[in-house]
Amino acid sequence: MIATESLSKRFPRVTALDRLSVDVGPGVTGLVGANGAGKSTLIKILLGLSPATEGRAEVLGLDVATKGAAIRERVGYMPEHDCLPPDVSATEFVVHMARMSGLPPAAARERTADTLRHVGLYEERYRPIGGYSTGMKQRVKLAQALVHDPQLVFLDEPTNGLDPVGRDEMLGLIRRVHTDFGISVLVTSHLLGELERTCDHVVVVDGGKLLRSSSTRDFTQSTTTLAIEVTDSDTHPDGTRAVRDALHARGVDIHDEGGGLPGAGHILLLTASGEETYDLVRDVVADLGLGLVRMEQRRHHISEVFRDGDEQRKEAVGHGG
Amino acid sequence: MAVEHRAAAPSGDQTRIHNIGYRTYDGPRLGRAYARRSLYSQSLRGAYGLGRSVKSKVLPMLLFVVMCVPAAIMVAVAVATKAKDLPLDYTRYAIVMQAVISLYVASQAPQSVSRDLRFKTVPLYFSRPIETADYVRAKYAALASALFILTAAPLAVLYVGALLAKLGFAHQTKEFAQGLVSVALLSLLFAGIGLVIAAVTPRRGFGIAAVIAVLTISYGAVSTLQAIADAQGSTGAIPWIGLFSPITLIDGVQSAFLGATSAYPGGVGPSSGEGVVHVLVTLGVIAAGYGLLMRRYQKVGL
Repeated sequence: MIATESLSKRFPRVTALDRLSVDVGPGVTGLVGANGAGKSTLIKILLGLSPATEGRAEVLGLDVATKGAAIRERVGYMPEHDCLPPDVSATEFVVHMARMSGLPPAAARERTADTLRHVGLYEERYRPIGGYSTGMKQRVKLAQALVHDPQLVFLDEPTNGLDPVGRDEMLGLIRRVHTDFGISVLVTSHLLGELERTCDHVVVVDGGKLLRSSSTRDFTQSTTTLAIEVTDSDTHPDGTRAVRDALHARGVDIHDEGGGLPGAGHILLLTASGEETYDLVRDVVADLGLGLVRMEQRRHHISEVFRDGDEQRKEAVGHGG
Repeated sequence: MAVEHRAAAPSGDQTRIHNIGYRTYDGPRLGRAYARRSLYSQSLRGAYGLGRSVKSKVLPMLLFVVMCVPAAIMVAVAVATKAKDLPLDYTRYAIVMQAVISLYVASQAPQSVSRDLRFKTVPLYFSRPIETADYVRAKYAALASALFILTAAPLAVLYVGALLAKLGFAHQTKEFAQGLVSVALLSLLFAGIGLVIAAVTPRRGFGIAAVIAVLTISYGAVSTLQAIADAQGSTGAIPWIGLFSPITLIDGVQSAFLGATSAYPGGVGPSSGEGVVHVLVTLGVIAAGYGLLMRRYQKVGL
């Protein structure tokens, strides 16, 4: 879908991209980086709107330097900032944008109706956009990026300004853009946690440099963590402590309880080294005469992987070997 | 999402799956030239409030009527009194009605470009096949066409009326054609000036005020200076002063080449040599307007 080769973009005072080489396949790809890490600059270059200082990039097999127009016909772009005029309805606006993408008038209207329905705008699509909530506006922005049925969409910070529920809905929608619509997605965010559920692949940039590029499965399944919660009994008023001590005695590594999460004091996290760990936990709990409330696999959050980057990477390599 | 659109149906030989889920688009993609044409027609319609709210139709339609009514009255008078000629030349009409034209430019140039800039819609255009030049040309052509409709329609009324009053066909046709050339130039000139000012003032209110200010202040200053020059007897300076406001510029061009009588004080139009300068300055301002718009939009790109 996207391939860049030592792509650099230098402005007189800043280097926005520094020899970035990355390959992005089909699916949902997250582009993560702090504000100013070069995400928007990269999108601009990929749309063929801003020449790279050096290096090359291809989108859908087309060179960004020479085939910009052909690329822009086949990709969609949802900007980070507000971009909607308040005095027209969503339908009028998206129809106009569809025609700007080259769709004939009848097809533009039909695709607009379809696309707005898919992003979850119904009767309100005939009202002026000025009266929409932030969530609805984000959907209109997404609709105008999808209306010409592109092969790939660039979504720049689509969850910005949304409340947690709106955020989840938007992320679900982004997932559907790939699974149901068959359109590949490059989505940027400065929040790692958001992308875990949504993306197949995550690219992390920092200061214009590639920090890491790998599939989310690699991030989160390099180790399996078990979360265990047990009841207390008369003999063991603090069941959690009793289980921890017992497991510790048998040489099982217990992590710190899940940080500041609610009920963290009652949950034990341990690394499962195989089937036998599950049996061991079951036996230990049974021997102590406690009830096992919960035993579940915890996926690592991407943010954990990136927290203290170097240390974690060493650990991941260790597990790999 | 709240609603799942895909019908879940068991697959099998007898089962038909009615897929009302996402449909891909395999139809034609008509590309840049089509997008430019679409933007042109949308902007042209928008300049008369078509496809926009009722409120935004009021002013352009009203100005259009105000432009045409005097022409209709003149025609009625000419027909009724069996006059030998129209009370006003075709070329003079736009000069007399310049306040209406200025008001129209001031109201429609900002609505054409300021909205896209203010609400940052511009990047949505440029992430599509359409390019800066396409956008600028479509917007420029649309406003110039709208202005041409506004200024040529009353001339057409006059022409039809003149023919009805049986006022020499050949003579009327020639003067009508000269009038059309003049208002075409005027449309290009005013559209360029209006758009450039509107494109650097994203707030629509400021844009309207700025366009009116530039058009009326320049005309006021130029005609005052011309009157002073006339009173002091330095008539040679009058055509040169006329270069500095759009409407006197058009006046100079048409007095020199399009058989118009000049509206300059004392009726002193430019000589042919001075007329050439007027034409060059007019074309220069039009080209500069286009160039400035291109620069402006290359900057706001994305």
